[in-house]
Amino acid sequence: MTASSLPDRTEPPKVRLRAGIHRGLPFGLAVFLIAASYGVLARPVMGTVAPIVMSIVVFSGSAQLGSLAILAAGGGAGAAIVAGILLNARYLAMGLALAPSLRGRALSRAAFAMPVVDASWAAASAGDGTFDPWYLVGVTVPQYPGWVLGTVVGVLAGSALGDPAKFGLDALFPAFFLALLFEEVRGRRKLAAAGGGAGIALALTPVAPAGLPILVAAAAAIVASRMRP
Amino acid sequence: MSAVWITVIALAVATAALKLVGPLVLGGRALPPRAMSVVELLAAALLAALVIVETFGDGRSLVIDERVPGVLFAAIALRRGVPVVVAVLGAAVVAALWRAVF
Repeated sequence: MTASSLPDRTEPPKVRLRAGIHRGLPFGLAVFLIAASYGVLARPVMGTVAPIVMSIVVFSGSAQLGSLAILAAGGGAGAAIVAGILLNARYLAMGLALAPSLRGRALSRAAFAMPVVDASWAAASAGDGTFDPWYLVGVTVPQYPGWVLGTVVGVLAGSALGDPAKFGLDALFPAFFLALLFEEVRGRRKLAAAGGGAGIALALTPVAPAGLPILVAAAAAIVASRMRP
Repeated sequence: MSAVWITVIALAVATAALKLVGPLVLGGRALPPRAMSVVELLAAALLAALVIVETFGDGRSLVIDERVPGVLFAAIALRRGVPVVVAVLGAAVVAALWRAVF
């Protein structure tokens, strides 16, 4: 479905952008709820303004929730920054993957690279190693305001709501990634890459710092690429 | 400056740098075919790892809590072709009920 749900590459950018926005709407709702739980958890540790600013300038659930966990446990800025960088190191791999699909000047390539988040990158993947950049930006369009507004709501309503886990919001994040995985995995090699990535994450989580298991899971793609399709 | 603001600023800069390195350094050049076949498979490997860490991870340990029935619900729902938003929100509802009951 990944390949077939993408609009044809010959369609004008406006059409592909709009198709992406349509695709991103349910993600926007999901990230709104995840951001709200981030806001609830962040307020006692970071205050009112910093979590909102962070959602505007960092715009990354894994890095924000990961660094928050360290600040909340009394860790210093150094440890929180390292954890956040490790958790977002996958963006390096995603950017390298996206690069050949971007044309034009450096500034225009940067403009397409900055809106990359997991859901948009995965949704815009055509499955053959190429990406539709306009569709990618479109999928991010509903997610950015969803993320920022969710944070504002969480920070402001936090004390009234209580523990976000009470509402099952901690299950939203993995279910969200699972939905993306379901659309991505087609064929033997992708199944092997997913199985390998899951196995690496299971094996490394108890022994490696947060973020590293996800990054090392990329090695499963290298191994699976040696299989016959 | 407080630890909180240093973290916010450093992670904003680092995240942008991580996103930009590939597109700015590689530009529109194509990757060699071998690298391209790895790239095709990256999303599957990274997403599967994210699912595992977000379902079972609790700091540096693996735990089984109410997230597991929630994610199982999402898996069954997605398998049956239920719309993504229903499957994902359903996972939260199942996890909340599980937590309330057990």
